[in-house]
Amino acid sequence: MQKNSLTGWLLASPLSLVLLVFLVAPIAMIVVVSFWGATEWSIYPAFQFDNYAFLLTSEVTYRVFVNTFKYAAITWACTLLIGFTVAYYLAFHIRSLTWQIALFLLCTIPFLTSNIIRMISWIPFLGRNGIANSTLMSMGVIDEPVEWLLFSDFSVILAFVHLYTLFMVVPIFNTMMRIDKSLIEAAADAGATGWQTLWHVVVPLTKPGIMIGTIFVVALVMGDFITVRFMSGSQSANVGRMIQNDIGLLQYPSASATAVILLITVLLLIGTMLRFVDIRKEL
Amino acid sequence: MEPRPRSFYALTAFFILFLVFLYGPTLTIGILSLQGPGGGLTFPMRGVSLHWFRDLFEQQAVGDIWGSFSRSLTLGLMVMVTTVVVSVMGGLAFRKRFVGATLLFYLIITSLVIPSILVSLGVGLIWSQSGLPVHWSTSGFGAQLTWTLPFGLLIMFAVFNRFDRSYEEAARDLGASPWQVIRHVVLPIIAPSLIGVALFGFTLSYDEFARTLLTSGSYNTLPLEIFGMTTNVTTPVLFALGTLTTVFSLIIILVFLLVVWLLNRRRARQGSNAGQGMV
Repeated sequence: MQKNSLTGWLLASPLSLVLLVFLVAPIAMIVVVSFWGATEWSIYPAFQFDNYAFLLTSEVTYRVFVNTFKYAAITWACTLLIGFTVAYYLAFHIRSLTWQIALFLLCTIPFLTSNIIRMISWIPFLGRNGIANSTLMSMGVIDEPVEWLLFSDFSVILAFVHLYTLFMVVPIFNTMMRIDKSLIEAAADAGATGWQTLWHVVVPLTKPGIMIGTIFVVALVMGDFITVRFMSGSQSANVGRMIQNDIGLLQYPSASATAVILLITVLLLIGTMLRFVDIRKEL
Repeated sequence: MEPRPRSFYALTAFFILFLVFLYGPTLTIGILSLQGPGGGLTFPMRGVSLHWFRDLFEQQAVGDIWGSFSRSLTLGLMVMVTTVVVSVMGGLAFRKRFVGATLLFYLIITSLVIPSILVSLGVGLIWSQSGLPVHWSTSGFGAQLTWTLPFGLLIMFAVFNRFDRSYEEAARDLGASPWQVIRHVVLPIIAPSLIGVALFGFTLSYDEFARTLLTSGSYNTLPLEIFGMTTNVTTPVLFALGTLTTVFSLIIILVFLLVVWLLNRRRARQGSNAGQGMV
């Protein structure tokens, strides 16, 4: 046992080292700097609560946080609905394993390409003279181009759903593939309709996968700044954008204070979710 | 086989729509990148040409895209190798009990869910306050590892959850040393999954933006360069570049899939039973 523990430590040491230097130390640094002061061009060590006082008394902070939660909630609902349906189709309606793997890969490939390119690729669709507008106009649905397609909350959420639905599909599909098919048959034999089987058998058994997908999507949307900036044309804000703005103005202490509050929020959210699922067991 | 229920056709339609949603925009910029010289960022096409691709190779006004490409490539390979090695070691470590394992596990989860800009900001601050120059191969490299390692480890956990330990025991009973067990039993069994880890390591690094933003210094990686272009380039040259990097990513994915396929085939031909080591 003693020797076992030592080998374990040796094997885990590179991992621990990386996380210590590039995760724990940076978080500690952010916490420290969040108490520092700043002039217009430099920052200086101090121990003051000014940054937090300013942040917590500013009405803007609350508005931006509410907006961030709004993005997370809507994106979560959309990705869950789409992701569940896609995973359900792959797991229960595709009958050969080869096809399941092939279609699953087809869903996964975009995840391995650049997010920024995938955002850019919405421009020809949503722009003022884009495909969506010209199609709607030629169909006679609208008379002049709709302005809110690009650079609006709509396009931000569309991009989030486009980028992150995969994070729902993968864990839900993984959990569904482990459901014993005889349970579905048993439900049908006992007289359950398709919907009843779905709601009372499949959904409860899929909960761990849904939870893991939720953790991914919520974490990614809460921490995002680039999608909001790009897809809203800098017209909407979330917490990440607020941090990025402060960084741009070299106001590192104030950026750090916002970052600390964001980190606490995200960790509380995710920590709560982790109580409902044992990630290591579900993999 | 029983007949397909009606829901099958509805769901098939939904799935096809989903694929259109996933791939449609990317295909559109692929088409638009072939715009004629007078064309713009949206339809209609004004002729078909390779004009904008030629621009990428000639004009230096688009910035240092080839320099940033080679940096991204190098960094991707560095991150890939490190991710594979560290994840395998980490995965093996978590099969044993060691003090602090739970803490380390929660750190991995934190690394996964922490907003990327915090890593960028924190690493940037440490480097600047200690007077070190930020560079993509040092601070940028480390910052990216905090994103690729959790994925690598999650894959390793999934692999070892399905790992049949009796193969190792058999090897030990036959007198194999711990290293021989790893080298000749464990590694061959998990090899295909390692290619998956490598693929994740490379592509996640190659496409990473937020964690490199404040940690890469004055030499941009490709995603940073592309993002810079979005603010000042309004010609289809942007789409040409987007198409080119996407095609590059697709080729990388295909190569990795091919390697897995060849590996499995070689196994089957040589009568190796390593593929059965997973339950």
